[in-house]
Amino acid sequence: MLHDPNIHYLDNAATTMVNPEVIETITKAMAEHWANPSSLYTPGAHSELALNKARADVARTLGATAGEVYFTGCGSEGNNLAILGAARTRKWGKRIVCTGFEHPSVALPMQRLAQEGYDVQFVAPEADGHLNVDKMLELVDKNTILVAAMQVNNETGTAVDVARLAAGVKARNDRTAVHVDGVQAWMRVPVRLANIDSYSVSGHKIHAPKGIGALYLRKGYHIEPPYLGGGQEKGMRPGTENLPYAIGMAKAATLLSRTLPQRHKTLVELNTRLREGLKQFPEVTLNSPEDAVPEVLNFSLNVIRSETMLHHLETMGVYVSSGSACSKGAASHTLTAMGLETRRIDTAIRASFCADNTPEDVDALLEGLKTGLATLSRIR
Amino acid sequence: MNMKEIILCYQGEMVLKGLNKASFESTLAKILRYRVKSCGNFKVYRAQSTMYIEPLDEFADVDEAYRRVSKVFGLAALSRAVVCDKNFETICETAEAYLGDALRGVKTFKVEAKRSDKTFPMKSPELCAELGGYLLSKHPHLRVKVKDPQMTVMVEIRDYGAYIHGPKTPGAGGLPVGTSGRALNMLSGGIDSPVAAYRMARRGLALHHIHFASPPYTSERAKMKVHSLAQIVSGYTGNCVLYVVPYTAPQEYIRDHAPDVLFTVLMRRSMMRIASRIAHEIECDAIITGESLAQVASQTLKALQCTDCAQDLPILRPLIGMDKSEITETARAIGTFETSILPYEDCCTIFTPPHPKTKPSVEEILEAEAAMPGLAELEEKAAAEVERIAVRQNEPVELL
Repeated sequence: MLHDPNIHYLDNAATTMVNPEVIETITKAMAEHWANPSSLYTPGAHSELALNKARADVARTLGATAGEVYFTGCGSEGNNLAILGAARTRKWGKRIVCTGFEHPSVALPMQRLAQEGYDVQFVAPEADGHLNVDKMLELVDKNTILVAAMQVNNETGTAVDVARLAAGVKARNDRTAVHVDGVQAWMRVPVRLANIDSYSVSGHKIHAPKGIGALYLRKGYHIEPPYLGGGQEKGMRPGTENLPYAIGMAKAATLLSRTLPQRHKTLVELNTRLREGLKQFPEVTLNSPEDAVPEVLNFSLNVIRSETMLHHLETMGVYVSSGSACSKGAASHTLTAMGLETRRIDTAIRASFCADNTPEDVDALLEGLKTGLATLSRIR
Repeated sequence: MNMKEIILCYQGEMVLKGLNKASFESTLAKILRYRVKSCGNFKVYRAQSTMYIEPLDEFADVDEAYRRVSKVFGLAALSRAVVCDKNFETICETAEAYLGDALRGVKTFKVEAKRSDKTFPMKSPELCAELGGYLLSKHPHLRVKVKDPQMTVMVEIRDYGAYIHGPKTPGAGGLPVGTSGRALNMLSGGIDSPVAAYRMARRGLALHHIHFASPPYTSERAKMKVHSLAQIVSGYTGNCVLYVVPYTAPQEYIRDHAPDVLFTVLMRRSMMRIASRIAHEIECDAIITGESLAQVASQTLKALQCTDCAQDLPILRPLIGMDKSEITETARAIGTFETSILPYEDCCTIFTPPHPKTKPSVEEILEAEAAMPGLAELEEKAAAEVERIAVRQNEPVELL
């Protein structure tokens, strides 16, 4: 990493380190804006002002207006809110179309809706990791109330053409809601919200702390929130706002939005370096498609279990993940959905970069893989 | 009504002990005192074969103390009692306030009285009859049944006051920890080994745990899981030390130098040697394992014979004759099951061959060991680099 050459943190899709400038902003906000933004007196009004400024900053990075952004507790909350809320308000149809490699915070609400009688159609990714958007569009009919897709897959970095998907959905049925999980995409790939009704993002993937996220809801698009309370966030997400973290997330987003092209260049270089380096190991196969986002590279060792290699790399200060960090070692649902063989799934490693990573981090990973492949016990 | 509750602990099989009974009792009192120490100010004292735990102020957490004491080995039963003035009216009111709810749930009852303070004006039978009459007037649905009633209201008139006992609950049984000596328990992280520790501690053994970790094949979380198990079991076994042996090098050496089919038994023997070495150092007189006959390949009679002769200490296997379902039941009862089934790989499952030999002979094992001259040195190094983790019973921390 730029700030500490001994740490090679290559798990930025799990979470990112909080930017020191963001920490400073939050600390200041905690002391300064102690009042409840809903209170009537002047300090309360100042808090509300700061909250709405943060909202406007986040909206700017999404190409939305401030009134369309609602702060949430995390990306998962945004996804649940958008999906369960959309189903609750659309009584005229039963069909829902969704990709087969969604994050659990989308996949599990979908499963619950299926149990409640909705006709939920999952479209699995192809074996090369790509998602066939046409297959999804074919399933959209006049009874389809919702289509959901993630913009960037958290495990393989596969980018879904959500712009084409959303436009296609609206062309087939303009009443169908489109939800996009943008947690891994925000501040990594350009975001275009045309034809998209709801879009969820999370703070801790962009160098803000855990515990803050946001949900974009297009102006005029209505969903019924599952929670009820004191009317904060226009009733969409009740509960006293986490003002310091909202300000922190806005700060992090603003900082990153200025450097998107430069960061992209750095990340492509890091990704290429790793792809090239992996060629020295004949055992290794890549699970990320060629055109995946440069932040993520998923590959299988095929001879050593992911967890063993992960702990070996850990001893050298290299931190990667096996599958996604959320499932603590359970088999990757994305790779399973791609139909890969068990051995490839059990030996998968995901490296994910941020712009603070250096070529040395990649070299440390390659060195670790080299010693690991040479010394660790192979699968029999 | 403000009632002062105390805890009464009835001794188990140790009351049958002879001349050494006093040492059992003082150990038990010491354990009880330590166990309730962090729940507030308590006085622990003994009268006849009963231990009294009396809170000294209103901040003492009697509920938590009761929960902790119910895990102390050596006690056959526990009950709570409330103390009031030695005055018939007060006794009646206190009994009604304390036991009224419980009496509403039963149909038959009786009153028993014990009067050790002979200055109290009513004799025991009279007190029984009068208090019974009072309670009947409050609960007309009740019937008195002298033989096998659903509930017994027990009143004791002692020097300091009158005690009205609540219902008895079973204690943890067994003998006070430490009265039978000390042993080293092999804790793998599975379901069986915490149960083995529990069962042996119940027979009065004080124990420490030993765990074998093989990073990078096993993870930090696997170690945290074992620490967590030791913590849960410490509610029964008392404070102990968890010895974590860095076992990667010997394990890899065995994998590289031994026939595949004998790997598991050779590894068990190697672990036994290290455990024995540490046991001798910390003055433990036995090794405890959670082996159950024929559960897996390394637990067949032949395989046990091979592991037994690896070192000189007796090996205690309290689960040897138990079914997995019985072991699981105990694991659930003592609260270790949920932690045991967390999916972190432990040292026993890595490198295991697909078809291990179920009937290894001692000769072939010794032969295989003769082909591994470097193993002893690696074992010695592993034992020397052992990590010591203190496990404290009064810390309610669950790490995972």
